[in-house]
Amino acid sequence: MKKKINASIFPDTNGHYGDLGGRFVPETLMSILIDLERESQRAFRDPSFRKEFAFYLKNFAGRPTNLYLAERLSRHLGTLKVYLKREDLLHTGAHKINNTLGQIILARRMKKTRIIAETGAGQHGVATATVCALFGLKCVVYMGAEDVERQALNVVRMKLLGAEVIPVTSGSRTLKDAMNEAIRDWVTNVRDTFYLIGTVAGPHPYPLIVRRFQSVIGQEARKQFLALEGKLPDHLVACVGGGSNAMGLFYPFFNDDKVKMTGVEAAGHGLDTGAHSASISKGEPGVLHGCKSALLQDDDGQIRLAHSIAAGLDYPGVGPEHYYYKRIGRADYVGITDKEAIEGVKLLASTEGIIPAIESAHALAWLPKLAKQVRGKKTVILCLSGRGDKDMGTIKDLLFS
Amino acid sequence: MNRIDQKFESLRAAGKKAFIAFITAGYPDLSVTEALAARFEEAGVDILELGVPFSDPLADGPVIQAASFEALSKGVTLLKILDSVRAIRKQTQIPLALMTYYNPVFHFGEERFVREAKAAGVDGLIIPDLPVEEAGGLVRAAREADLSTVFFLAPTTTTDRMPGILEASTGFVYFVSVTGVTGSGVTVPEDIARSISRARKLTRKPVCVGFGVSTPAQVKAFASISDGVIVGSAIIRQMTEHSQKPDMLDRVSAFVKQLSSSL
Repeated sequence: MKKKINASIFPDTNGHYGDLGGRFVPETLMSILIDLERESQRAFRDPSFRKEFAFYLKNFAGRPTNLYLAERLSRHLGTLKVYLKREDLLHTGAHKINNTLGQIILARRMKKTRIIAETGAGQHGVATATVCALFGLKCVVYMGAEDVERQALNVVRMKLLGAEVIPVTSGSRTLKDAMNEAIRDWVTNVRDTFYLIGTVAGPHPYPLIVRRFQSVIGQEARKQFLALEGKLPDHLVACVGGGSNAMGLFYPFFNDDKVKMTGVEAAGHGLDTGAHSASISKGEPGVLHGCKSALLQDDDGQIRLAHSIAAGLDYPGVGPEHYYYKRIGRADYVGITDKEAIEGVKLLASTEGIIPAIESAHALAWLPKLAKQVRGKKTVILCLSGRGDKDMGTIKDLLFS
Repeated sequence: MNRIDQKFESLRAAGKKAFIAFITAGYPDLSVTEALAARFEEAGVDILELGVPFSDPLADGPVIQAASFEALSKGVTLLKILDSVRAIRKQTQIPLALMTYYNPVFHFGEERFVREAKAAGVDGLIIPDLPVEEAGGLVRAAREADLSTVFFLAPTTTTDRMPGILEASTGFVYFVSVTGVTGSGVTVPEDIARSISRARKLTRKPVCVGFGVSTPAQVKAFASISDGVIVGSAIIRQMTEHSQKPDMLDRVSAFVKQLSSSL
């Protein structure tokens, strides 16, 4: 029998999940991370911090989000009763705002005056620029030059919100290079700058901080589901790039042993093609951007390029806690290809009148497969992490031209 | 006692400071790396720091980033670099440290890496993204093989972390002269001078200063308050500038000599 692990025991004091996670950063940043850990722990214990965070989640972001029974989708799937956690209805269009609100309140407490962030698709960049505008803080967003072109509208949004967007031309000119550049900026301007990381990755305490801020997803969903169904769900499903929306949903259910969790990674052109972002399914243990986790890498430990149609999943690593869940058997991780994800977009649009982000559509595209696997009728909470407005260019090119 | 320890012992006996030169292995190719290594001792280099190129060099500025990418694009790997170290060892006994990010080491396997590096003739390891808190396994393996493990002190290092870093460091301690990436360029601010002297009071191990040291005047200034200086980006810049010239090796060696003689 597997030894039972309680959710409250990890990470350890150095940020380890088993032997994963940790802090792998230049010395210059170590004391800053230790400081951030101390300050964030203090903040989480402080009722006035929690009150302020709750205030902005409710009045600015639009929480709580609905747990919506997708009736026609469920009928279509046959064996599944699917509830959608509607993070797509939040201000700025995705779950990212939960975390940026939390971190900016933390940054203000720590008297930091300048916020930096990395972004791939631009969703985290927009969510960061938004909260910086809300509180009048200076905002610099690093974005791969390639992504600046692919996600031009989000660049306009960030600029409109007063952020400075710096195109990153080093390396592969995508998200991982934007993160390298953000870390270089941070090392250089460490005293007045707060690095607002967008996912449950990076050096400790970031995976923990982001998990705490995103856990509002699972806390609400658990309560809402219990009220609606009088029991816990059988399955949780969410897409995983870095893994923040999935961790937000999963973590509050960690100790509910009977609730099965499935993280859906981007299989790109296919898990066996080499062109994907499925770090857990296909990667190996490694260290990138401050933490030990699953990584896409070659035989020499050089980081390989990820691929996904969803820019928000297009990253060669993943949050260490997800890899830990995989290793201890608490969650399963599966892959959905670019093509299947597009089918997921169409499925939800046609059955429910909701256009999902291509990222979230990876989770949706898993449902027909899950529906075939289950015995009897099962209940599911799916994290609809974002809306599809930002993807209309991609959809138009693929389906209507 | 490895070559790095011996070097510092003899420098100390002679009342001298160390000049440490960094080059990216495989930039512009490994034959240049080997040729420069062979000439560096004569150019006044006390310790050679050989950079293992990595796809995501987040502690490096643009100069070393560019050199790393060029080396990688030409297919340089850790194993090929160790072959070059073997070739270098046939020509010179200059103390040699590998500077590498942690993932290539971790992926290779810490113990295997230490064993093979030592066998090839490496004397020390410098891993900028591996703080002492995460370095237990590597330090143990390196001690057994008598490879030095050089750790960093930064201007932001707090007093409570200093003893652990000094304890885990062997060969020398690397003091980062500036909050920033490599090649940032600095003068000697007073607070840096103060924290270097604080570190030197806490340890008998040599404390050397690097990141952004590029001119003879800076070398001289930092040497006066430490046990040695490390120059990297400025040398790579010379290599890039003269890359098309037939006498590139001569020019780079002359530049290095000019720096080392200002100690």
